Amino acid sequence: MNAIILSAILGVVLMFTGIFTTNKSTIRAVAVGGMLLLLLANIAELRGMQFFDINTRGMLVFSKLGLLFNSIAFGATLLYFLLSARDVLEVGENGADYFALIFFILCGVSIVSSFNSLLLLFLGIEIISIPLYILTGSDKRNLKSNEASLKYFLMGAFSTGIMLMGIVLMYGARATFSIDPTLQIANAGRDVWYTSGLMLLFISMAFKVSAAPFHFWTPDVYDGAPTVFTSFMATIVKAAVFIAFVRLFEFSYSNSGYDWRLIVSVVIAATLLIGNITAIFQQSVKRMLAYSSIAQAGFMLFALFSYNALSKEGIILYSLGYSLATIGVFAVLIKMKDYTFEGFNGLARTQPVLAATTTIFLLSLAGIPMTIGFFAKYFMLASAVKTGTYLWLVILAIICAAISVYYYFRVIQAMYFKEGAGETVAISSVFRWLLILVAGLIILFGIFPNMILNYLYF
Amino acid sequence: MVPVLLILIPLLTGVALFAIRQEATAKSIALFSTLVSLAVMLAGMSVWNDAAHLSFNQPWIGALNSRFHFELDGMSQLLCLLTTFAFPLIIYSTWNNSYVDGNRFFGLMLLSQAGLLGVFMAMDAMLFYFFWELALIPLYFLCSRWGGEKRVQVTIKFFIYTFVGSLFMLIGLILLYFKSGGSFAWADYVKLTLSAREEMTIFILLVVAFAVKMPLFPFHTWQPDTYEQSPTAVTMILSAIMAKMGVFGLLRWLAPVVPAATYQWGDNFATLAVVGMLYASFVAIKQDDLKRLVAWSSIAHIGLMILALFAPSYSGIQGIMIQMFNHGINILGMWIVVNVIEQQFGTRKISELGGLAQKAPVLTILMLIVALANIAMPLTNAFIGEFMMFNGIWGSTATKFGMIYALAGIITIILSAVYTLRMVQNVFYGPTNERTANATDIRLNVQIALAILVVGIVLIGIYPKPILSMTTEISQQILDRMNLK
Repeated sequence: MNAIILSAILGVVLMFTGIFTTNKSTIRAVAVGGMLLLLLANIAELRGMQFFDINTRGMLVFSKLGLLFNSIAFGATLLYFLLSARDVLEVGENGADYFALIFFILCGVSIVSSFNSLLLLFLGIEIISIPLYILTGSDKRNLKSNEASLKYFLMGAFSTGIMLMGIVLMYGARATFSIDPTLQIANAGRDVWYTSGLMLLFISMAFKVSAAPFHFWTPDVYDGAPTVFTSFMATIVKAAVFIAFVRLFEFSYSNSGYDWRLIVSVVIAATLLIGNITAIFQQSVKRMLAYSSIAQAGFMLFALFSYNALSKEGIILYSLGYSLATIGVFAVLIKMKDYTFEGFNGLARTQPVLAATTTIFLLSLAGIPMTIGFFAKYFMLASAVKTGTYLWLVILAIICAAISVYYYFRVIQAMYFKEGAGETVAISSVFRWLLILVAGLIILFGIFPNMILNYLYF
Repeated sequence: MVPVLLILIPLLTGVALFAIRQEATAKSIALFSTLVSLAVMLAGMSVWNDAAHLSFNQPWIGALNSRFHFELDGMSQLLCLLTTFAFPLIIYSTWNNSYVDGNRFFGLMLLSQAGLLGVFMAMDAMLFYFFWELALIPLYFLCSRWGGEKRVQVTIKFFIYTFVGSLFMLIGLILLYFKSGGSFAWADYVKLTLSAREEMTIFILLVVAFAVKMPLFPFHTWQPDTYEQSPTAVTMILSAIMAKMGVFGLLRWLAPVVPAATYQWGDNFATLAVVGMLYASFVAIKQDDLKRLVAWSSIAHIGLMILALFAPSYSGIQGIMIQMFNHGINILGMWIVVNVIEQQFGTRKISELGGLAQKAPVLTILMLIVALANIAMPLTNAFIGEFMMFNGIWGSTATKFGMIYALAGIITIILSAVYTLRMVQNVFYGPTNERTANATDIRLNVQIALAILVVGIVLIGIYPKPILSMTTEISQQILDRMNLK
């Protein structure tokens, strides 16, 4: 509850900051300070301190999973602000408003991580989506940005319609919006409604996490949006929708049996193959990262597929590892003058720190041991192996992981083994130290994943 | 205590070297660090040779029940001795090679040493996998940064090959984890009883990783290119030590863990090994590049070890153990010679060399002993190892075709004499040409390095008992697990 209320208030505060001052460093300070406050408030709730006592009538349930995820999302956003806040202000004239929109998105994030009613899920998803449409189009004079925004909005509106239809069907079948099966009234003969409703919800959520075959918007939108916002969209927002996805399906296995696995496994296989294979052929690192984010979504979908204790731990580690590494890569990408692979040529010579940390981020995305990306993938694969079926899917996943090495390492090859100038814009030493911090966290959690997982239980 | 030191010394020095700018200082520190590791290893085999010093066991990832569990049993001691012994020699014998950003080169070398030592000592499957990859990453950067012309394409192929193998192994280890009721401990795995189908699945998943690493025909295509394109110091690590990771994996994590499937698949893999040995030997005869020649000969020699494992017997397994060590030091000797030749003449083509014996007698004598060890002449160490393996393969009760395998294998010994001696003849004897006319003899550091290896070759060739007695226990354990004598 702390996070939901505070993030909404902070959003309003930032809007007003924009009215009273246009001083960029003030706006940045307010945003970073607010983010820190939000993170602390959420950690306080994780440790059992509620600042607000509001009766939500069971529509919100604040579980350890949701609160821990909030902390990860807020922590990642804090790092994102520290690394890229300057670039956010560079996008256009309404700097403070961008931060306000991000805080509103975080409000939506904290709703979808704790919803217990389909209405709240809908509310949360919409609170996340609408500011995102604006952020995507925030580079007003850039045609690609406008196109991306419109595309995203139209497709998003469609998926919202499908989601609503699903929710209505499920309401009709169970006479409640609650996802808790104990509150639902099993209505004989209406299981078909329920299953079709769930299916529609699945489709609209799959759209939001860019799972194949609902991924077509992703490359264009990620490519067209200003790079700073792509970074935020591809990490924190995507992970949040995954948490919602996992919560939504928490009870669906008990409701509709394990037949779900067939559908989910097909979606996983398609997502992994399309994401990984298309990423190989990209010439722009930004577009490659867009496809790689589809591929990573394929791995995160394993949490839905297997649904056991391991997959819960896995989705937490995956959110953290994927967010840290992707925010890091994008922060470096923003500083590059040329977004193609050739633009990275020789970066190790001109900017050794950037090259070394980017290498660690990419190794983590590829899932090499000693980085958190390894444990993220490990838990996902282990959870799937534990189900005892569908070994082919696991084999397919590791082959795709090997394919991903190819395109992630292309960047490393460009930076270290090719000749070039590796031109970047001016880089402050604070930025370098922050990158080292993020890389250090990736390695630290990569050796001791317990440091995060313990919070799920204690 | 000893395991922790063995990993921390190269790891910390390796990281520290990145901060030291001068190449010469970095090189000296690296050499010193590897010598300290060797000293620790030797102490572990003499004064600290007791359970308290040789094992380390602490919790690591509680949620997974995985532990930092290192232990130096006989086989680990043997391979760690090889690693700690080879590294100082590699650095010392290539002392005059110079590298751009030399500090990073030596830093990465030491990091790979830490990874390799970790692989050989890990008794926890998760830890094993961790170090398995940790050894690979620095080598990837070493080959791609300091290698030959085609290094970038070649090393990404090498990396993806081994990475796919590792991932298959990871799935196999996850399956084992669930089948053993949530344990990563090797000690639990060797007590498991699995159904035939489960063993089969796990066997296939695990064997891919080891087959790529050794490499076993037909998973070998990355190897000659990578050996050729890597800087020679790195090729030494790849062939003298990293190839042993695969054989070690078979002996530690495959045969005793899934014995029935190993037995069942024995003939298939033994046949692959024989085919690979013959194929690699024939290809080696046609090579003109010294590095490629040694690379292919290495595939043939490793093939024999694989054969001895899949047609097992006590003598054969003991033969593999001693031969892992022998092959390590013999091929190291070969690479040192190749490096000397390449540094002096700027070419590795056999056809462009000749008559070195007149100009470099010391090199020739030392080289000849190494070459004879490569073809397993009596009185050299390889004779002991290969004789024991052939003896074991012939008499193996696990297969009906032991005699055929042994006979086919012996052909490869003859072929190895053909390509090794042809190389010696063309490079060292005959008339000199304009390239070799002004050749000089080798420097003192190479003389010392080669002399140490030659002493080792002859000593083990005459008195192999200390090494054989190190591994009696583990060899017996593997055979007991496979229900064989």
